[in-house]
Amino acid sequence: MAREMMFAEAIAVAITEEMQRDPSVVFYGQNMAMTDRDPFVRKFGKDRVRITPISETAEMGIAIGAAMNGLRPVVELYMAEFMLVAFDEVINEAPRLRYMSGGQVKVPCVFKAGFGFAAGWAGQHSNCTYHAMMGIPGLKVAVPSTSADAMGLMRAAIRDDNPVVYLHHYMLTIDKGPVPEGDHIVPFGVADIKREGTDVTIVATAWMVKKSLAAAEQLAKEGISAEVVDPRTLAPLDVDTIVESVKKTGRLVLVDQAPRHASAAAVIAGEVAEHGFEYLKAPMKMVTGLNTSVPYSEPMESYVLPSEEKIVSAVKSVLARHAAAV
Amino acid sequence: MGASSELSNDKLKWMYTQMSRIREFEERVKRTFVEHPGVIRGHAHLGDGAEASIVGSLATRHENDLVMPSYRCHGYPLVLGTSAKAVMAEIYQRKTGVCKGFGGSMHLADPAHHLPTASGIIGQGIAHAAGAAYAAQVKKTGQVVYSFFGDGSSKQGAFYETLNMAAVWKLPVVFVLENNEYQAYTHIKLEDANAIAGDPLSQKAEAFSIPGVTVDGTDPLKVYDAVNEAAERARSGKGPSLVESKFYRFSPHGNAITVPPVPTQFQEHEAIEVYGNKAEFAAAQANDPIKKFRAHLIGTGVLTEADAKKIDDSVRAEMDEVVKFALESPLPAPEDALNYVYA
Repeated sequence: MAREMMFAEAIAVAITEEMQRDPSVVFYGQNMAMTDRDPFVRKFGKDRVRITPISETAEMGIAIGAAMNGLRPVVELYMAEFMLVAFDEVINEAPRLRYMSGGQVKVPCVFKAGFGFAAGWAGQHSNCTYHAMMGIPGLKVAVPSTSADAMGLMRAAIRDDNPVVYLHHYMLTIDKGPVPEGDHIVPFGVADIKREGTDVTIVATAWMVKKSLAAAEQLAKEGISAEVVDPRTLAPLDVDTIVESVKKTGRLVLVDQAPRHASAAAVIAGEVAEHGFEYLKAPMKMVTGLNTSVPYSEPMESYVLPSEEKIVSAVKSVLARHAAAV
Repeated sequence: MGASSELSNDKLKWMYTQMSRIREFEERVKRTFVEHPGVIRGHAHLGDGAEASIVGSLATRHENDLVMPSYRCHGYPLVLGTSAKAVMAEIYQRKTGVCKGFGGSMHLADPAHHLPTASGIIGQGIAHAAGAAYAAQVKKTGQVVYSFFGDGSSKQGAFYETLNMAAVWKLPVVFVLENNEYQAYTHIKLEDANAIAGDPLSQKAEAFSIPGVTVDGTDPLKVYDAVNEAAERARSGKGPSLVESKFYRFSPHGNAITVPPVPTQFQEHEAIEVYGNKAEFAAAQANDPIKKFRAHLIGTGVLTEADAKKIDDSVRAEMDEVVKFALESPLPAPEDALNYVYA
């Protein structure tokens, strides 16, 4: 039995249920739990649910220390860019300490934030920071695209014994979707085929999955069968499922909201180039953010970001390239 | 009279022994650069001069209290009960090292002996210590966490953010600011507003409305009294304190930074090497915390000269064995590098 749930609600439910299940899970951040009426405070009390000052270094650094002494903190950072203020904790503390200790400590904590807010937030609050985090050994990065994945990945993140950056796309916040009943968990490193197809593989994450599914729907009307693969976690990355899909379709379009250079799409393209080159019937194509910061004004913002039309056009182009080659 | 007046003779002897062990250990690390070039890689930071501050602080610990030092971290695990052999072996990049060769001098960790980790990035460990204290508070373990960091760290954002949050949350943590007057190579009078104004660095505590005291970090008993008061305050739920412990490090910031195959060693202290201030360095040496404490213990009848010599001899013998063990230990297998990335 599935229930309908908004994306943000699915995340909140996952955190709530994990806190009920495990008393070592704590949850804190800025501008939350401000009064005793807060639902988390009411359920779990002020030891486990706390408000913090605007101090990202301390918020995440304290999570790391708490994790090493027996808690499983979930830190609400709100916007992915706020992690950049304290990137040392994300990149050079949380994922390094276990390794440098020779495996003696573990650092189970979740850094949760929204990202990619393509709604007029301009250059500093609209970015896709995952590409700067997915290449750090010891750090895991989750980027859900549906309510079910949002819930299942948050549960997995909290139960994981490693630091996890959990990034939820702002443009998906109020989208509704089915969520399985019970202890629904989405394991890390397992991609999901969001739509099956035979002519072309589209790999996309988060909001781009929604756009790719819409593009696939449009393509279907024109007789083109697109398969949409969502990695769901960028670290670890399920290369096998992507290569298997390419083996089936022979063509690949990579969609990424981040600018092209050093994007997740570029990393996936590299993996397919090494492990799936022989299956490609045409050169792969990347549909990414253009090489700019995100502009404020709507026509410019739309122009630099991937769209349904750009995805459709890229798919047709890889199919045409094939036809031309034959 | 502070709480230190009630320390037993056995505890005082233990304190002298630990101070002596730290000094001798650090001397051996330094000598290694001369006697066995290449055995120690990267950057090692010594704690000679800090012995009274380290031991006076740690002597106040209760059984399960945690300790989180900076990258200048050799001394603490020796006092906490970590095998000195395992510490030296780590610095010598050996498989038998306390971190199996994964961390080295700057990143010692031994959670079994209450030292979870040391961060190599200035000031960041302050936040980790407060986090461990948050866990202690939520889980009601009764632990106090001892956070050690240098004066340079007290200009990091992590310091300000963490002390504020620790004060707001009343975390059971003691912040020990080890003021050795040098931020790496830069004299404190060039970079610290309090120091330039002639004020103690403990004044920074006023910004967070928590107690801040400055103590003579060359006297382990004075350190004991100040840190004990802060630890008891933390233990009773009243929150954090800042203790500025003033001492002088006798070695420069670290071994000279060279690019292989150029050999590296410890140069003269910055006071001489950079600032040409031989008088400052000589005055600090004349105020050697170990010599002072040794004389104090003999003067008060806790030790005889013969007792003290016996301790010194046993420490030297221990460190002979430590170096021998570390030198003879095997290096890790190359493919061990793939372990411990994920839990």
